[in-house]
Amino acid sequence: MKPVIFGTATLAAAAAIGLYTWQTTTTPNPCGSTSVAGSAIGGPFELVSENGETVTDADVITKPTLVYFGYTFCPDVCPLDSARNAQAAYLLEEQGIDIGTIFISVDPERDTVEVVRDFTENFHEDMIGLTGTPEQVRAASLAYKTYYRVQEGDPEYYLVDHSTQTYLVFPETGFATFFRRDTTPEQIAEITACFMGELT
Amino acid sequence: MKMNTKTLVIAALLASLSATAQAESTLTIENPKAFATPATAMSGGGFMQITNTGPTDDALIGIQADFPRVELHTTEFTDGVARMMHVDDIAIPAGETVALEPGGLHIMFMGLNGDPLEEGETIPATLIFKNAGEIAVTFDVVKRDMAHSH
Repeated sequence: MKPVIFGTATLAAAAAIGLYTWQTTTTPNPCGSTSVAGSAIGGPFELVSENGETVTDADVITKPTLVYFGYTFCPDVCPLDSARNAQAAYLLEEQGIDIGTIFISVDPERDTVEVVRDFTENFHEDMIGLTGTPEQVRAASLAYKTYYRVQEGDPEYYLVDHSTQTYLVFPETGFATFFRRDTTPEQIAEITACFMGELT
Repeated sequence: MKMNTKTLVIAALLASLSATAQAESTLTIENPKAFATPATAMSGGGFMQITNTGPTDDALIGIQADFPRVELHTTEFTDGVARMMHVDDIAIPAGETVALEPGGLHIMFMGLNGDPLEEGETIPATLIFKNAGEIAVTFDVVKRDMAHSH
């Protein structure tokens, strides 16, 4: 059975409006990116790790972390964005700054533990790949206010529409900011380092 | 879909023969490539530039390659949401170059089924154009360049 993932037009519209709202109510912050005023993004989740273990956000977000939602069947956008996030981590590593990178699958039907592990190792040896039950994935996506929807049609080669923003999340304080997909690795590294200076 | 050195040489000869056969074509295919995938990947993307030096518009209407399914795809972005979709054709207007590149138009090789795209491999394929007909191409499988990932 194909996962049914908040597939109603109403919810899709709500998600789009939500995204629009935070993009227009954002306020400048010292790190030169945008911070989101008064919206609760992020929070607890329970997913399945690359080792097949059930993990919580506290288990996997143990340092400032870039969090991205995607699916591995996508040969194009998700690898680009994941590679970009990995590259930001490598840039920071060169400066002696340690951050984490997480890829959360929104296609748990096809993205098994093994598939997600292979996918993430391809970009960064420490990138954490998470999948889960359809319910776990839906809950995590809702917490982060991301949108995804399985396109109708093919049972095997179906495509998934999904949000492409990457979140910067801190273990103690949670969500700090988000990056659109046209943000460069250098910009992400710079803004992340700035937030780490501010928040830690 | 995998080729050893010997078949590679034969493929190269065939490709050059077919290029000769297509000498009258006004389409030039440059840099057909696909990125290497992880071992368990289910799909891979193919990219290239197609230049139409002739006076007539053309369109890429299909592709054949040895995979369970191969399609022409594009990705559209709306409010930060990526929506990849199948397209029936890709217009190649007269005098223009159309790039199939990451984040936009691409070839989608589907159903890798445990046989990933590996660096150094080649993927023989046939592009089908509305006017120019069939043109053989060979995609080089390359490592994703992390330094130019955006």
